[in-house]
Amino acid sequence: MTEPAFDVQLSLVAEAAGMGKIYRRGAEEIHALREISVAFAPGEFTCVLGPSGAGKTTLLNLLGVMDVPTSGALRVAGTTIADAGRVRLAEGGRDRLRRENIGFIFTEFFLLPTLTAVENVQLPLLWAEKDDHSYAVELLERVGLGHRLTHRPTEMSGGEMQRVAIARALINRPRLLLADEPTGNVDTKTRDGIFDLFRELNADGLTIVLATHDGELAARIDRVIHLREGRIVEGA
Amino acid sequence: MATPILEAIDVWRSYQRGSETIHALAGMHLTVQPGEMVGIVGRSGSGKTTFLNQVGCLDTPTKGTISICGTDVTAMLEKELVAFRRDHIGFIFQLFYLIPTLTAVENVELPMTFAREGNRRERALEALARVGLSEVRALPHQLNGGDMQRVAIARALVRKPRLLLADEPTGRLEHGSRVAIMDIFRSLRAEGMGIIIVTHDPTLAEETDRIIELRDGRVVDERKVA
Ligand SMILES: Nc1ncnc2c1ncn2[C@@H]1O[C@H](COP(=O)(O)OP(=O)(O)OP(=O)(O)O)[C@@H](O)[C@H]1O
Ligand SMILES: Nc1ncnc2c1ncn2[C@@H]1O[C@H](COP(=O)(O)OP(=O)(O)OP(=O)(O)O)[C@@H](O)[C@H]1O
Ligand SMILES: [Mg+2]
Ligand SMILES: [Mg+2]
Repeated sequence: MTEPAFDVQLSLVAEAAGMGKIYRRGAEEIHALREISVAFAPGEFTCVLGPSGAGKTTLLNLLGVMDVPTSGALRVAGTTIADAGRVRLAEGGRDRLRRENIGFIFTEFFLLPTLTAVENVQLPLLWAEKDDHSYAVELLERVGLGHRLTHRPTEMSGGEMQRVAIARALINRPRLLLADEPTGNVDTKTRDGIFDLFRELNADGLTIVLATHDGELAARIDRVIHLREGRIVEGA
Repeated sequence: MATPILEAIDVWRSYQRGSETIHALAGMHLTVQPGEMVGIVGRSGSGKTTFLNQVGCLDTPTKGTISICGTDVTAMLEKELVAFRRDHIGFIFQLFYLIPTLTAVENVELPMTFAREGNRRERALEALARVGLSEVRALPHQLNGGDMQRVAIARALVRKPRLLLADEPTGRLEHGSRVAIMDIFRSLRAEGMGIIIVTHDPTLAEETDRIIELRDGRVVDERKVA
């Protein structure tokens, strides 16, 4: 057996070793990721750069425990998700791990139109019994929307909606913030504002992995991992 | 006769754009009885979404009255409106607005968390069974469009609203899923729910009891479906 094993570095936020993902569609096999080995240390801001179909979303979904690898090993927030190509954490455990440790931001904002900004930010706290209204307010102030607390998404611009989505992704005090093409839906000025916000959050110690095909955005991030056809071709 | 689920009388919604006033709604009338399914059609910009927003208490009319189950909502304060909306109205949109990091059943639990209600898991599972979704632990990205809309419908139903508002609910779905979604609407109607469906799809409109056509913010045609 030459299965990849972990270096024991419990302090890493996420670590993949020889990780692969095959999607099966009928008889067809799509190798979305091949033998990815990469680690993310606390406080790092990493960009995953690659063209469409390179496997960026697949990688973020695995790091965010939204999906499981089909080969290799993956550890997130100190917990083994998969090892030697076998899933080691059951579905319920994965749901909990994701809820407690991961913040996720997407191109689309996924804000509920019937809820105010504060309510949207509180959504992921479903299971928490304590009322985190004041923390939701604090986060909205943090992302520059203190004046928009009770507004609904239809009353906001795209950039404002994405800020609400960012505040929502932070409500569980995540150890890892994943952003999949977060500025794909906004103009360049808004993009720059959102990027500055990521920068500030990172300066406060938040670990961020941002996927994009925007080379201009990637050029502003210290660590860039180039992904192509499911492989890291540079930067691991 | 039973109290209508909805009674909208001479509803106006005007917007100021620079020096120009746009009347998105200009004297809109509509009554919906329990167990009635109404289709609203009309070209883009005719005021369909604006109307649903007024009825759904997401926006306040410039003029006119809207009564839901006999209560005049145009006279309510914002705080009361929020509670009233949660108790009486379910919304379904073209985009499903599911939270991608939450499982299907967790997404359905959402509306109950704000009302701080008990038995959330059990009731969410019940609502999902109702719309025929068995993959209750799946994440949205693992579901097809039709199943995502089922989750969204279950979420709209879970607190048993009297009025269901659907804005282009099948706009993004293929034929098979559309048929399934219409079957769900029909069974809800049979239970006495009032349903308003905004659609561009003529075949979907033909499945309702009554079709209302809007133009420039008012009803220009109304007919019963045979
Ligand atoms: N659920 C799925 N089932 C089958 N194949 C999939 C699935 N998700 C992704 N793929 C395939 O896996 C490969 C990688 O896709 P992925 O979405 O990770 O790329 P990406 O880099 O995020 O692309 P984009 O920039 O277009 O978002 C592609 O060939 C894609 O078609
Ligand atoms: N917040 C707003 N501010 C200014 N004008 C608005 C606003 N919302 C809607 N309108 C205007 O009101 C009119 C009706 O819009 P509405 O969205 O209700 O149309 P619709 O029938 O739903 O169209 P579609 O089929 O494209 O969804 C349009 O002229 C629109 O530009
Ligand atoms: Mg992608
Ligand atoms: Mg509309």
